[in-house]
Amino acid sequence: MTRVITKFTRNVPHWQPRVTPVNLQEATEEQLDALKVTPSNTKVSDYVLTLAHDVESLKVRSPLFNAIMYDKGGMRRAERELGALGASMVNHCIYCAAVHAARHAQLEKSTEVTDRLFRDGAKAELDARDRAIFDFAVALSEAPSQAGPEHMAALKAAGLDAAEVLDLILSAALFGWANRLMHVLGDPVRVSEDVA
Amino acid sequence: MALDSTALKQVGIAADGALSEATAGRASIFEMTQAAEDAVLRPKDQGPWSHELRAALAARIARLNAEADLALQYAEGAGAFADLADPANDGAAQGLTEVVAFMDKVAADTRNVAAADISGLQAAGVADADIVRLAELNAFLAYQIRVIAGLRLMKGAFA
Repeated sequence: MTRVITKFTRNVPHWQPRVTPVNLQEATEEQLDALKVTPSNTKVSDYVLTLAHDVESLKVRSPLFNAIMYDKGGMRRAERELGALGASMVNHCIYCAAVHAARHAQLEKSTEVTDRLFRDGAKAELDARDRAIFDFAVALSEAPSQAGPEHMAALKAAGLDAAEVLDLILSAALFGWANRLMHVLGDPVRVSEDVA
Repeated sequence: MALDSTALKQVGIAADGALSEATAGRASIFEMTQAAEDAVLRPKDQGPWSHELRAALAARIARLNAEADLALQYAEGAGAFADLADPANDGAAQGLTEVVAFMDKVAADTRNVAAADISGLQAAGVADADIVRLAELNAFLAYQIRVIAGLRLMKGAFA
């Protein structure tokens, strides 16, 4: 039995594709190369097998994703996760929100911020820096034209420098991308174990 | 190399200053962003979505997001599909009603996309691989358009 999840949670659901993923046994050389499948590594998620239908995009997407979320310098990783979470909450991507709320909690060693956001929504009480970061990510995600100079002023007032603001733009924008794959091409589900 | 990227060209960043320094510090990200644009707008394997159709859909999504200059840039490559760059056209004349409606919804009403939107495309005869190609094109543009809008705001705040 599977049940589609409709509420935000840090408990990462299973992602169930709405299209048929590439069958690893029938994958082309180019797909296997992009999937990084080797004899010792044959475990590939349904999500990545789904994206393998567009192998040229898949090849460039993973390194770009990793650079934006993990490259050294600039904004702290937990704050990039907050940018990702803002986008994912706007787009109602339950799966992305779960993964990145869980990472935020892990990096901050605290569930306080994500508990509040999931309980009280976008207007949850946050400190000034998180508030500025989250509000900008939400505005940019709703529609680029909703983000304005007032958001930049709030980010500067909260102490963010140019390198940090650029990383926030990149992480929030990247989840405009990721959400449109995860939320569009599949469902977040719980699979209940069959009781023997 | 990175300065040739569509995102940085659209914004026009001065050679010195905090913004120039910040973008230079993430040069590899702008290079990879450009490679991603090539992969979704001008892939070697086009499938049923020609480079012209992709350019037209990209221009349309840019217009839906009020990015007029980016829309003009993409519309230059739209050829026979140029009409689709205008969000007022529903794709009926091109036999692409379902595709165009799907692209508009994913671009501008993402949160309400549901399983029925995918099964609708399948019922219209779009293969699963080609649905993924549409989603990737749409998703990349959401990213690129937001990077451009964000950089433009930074230009005013951090020049």
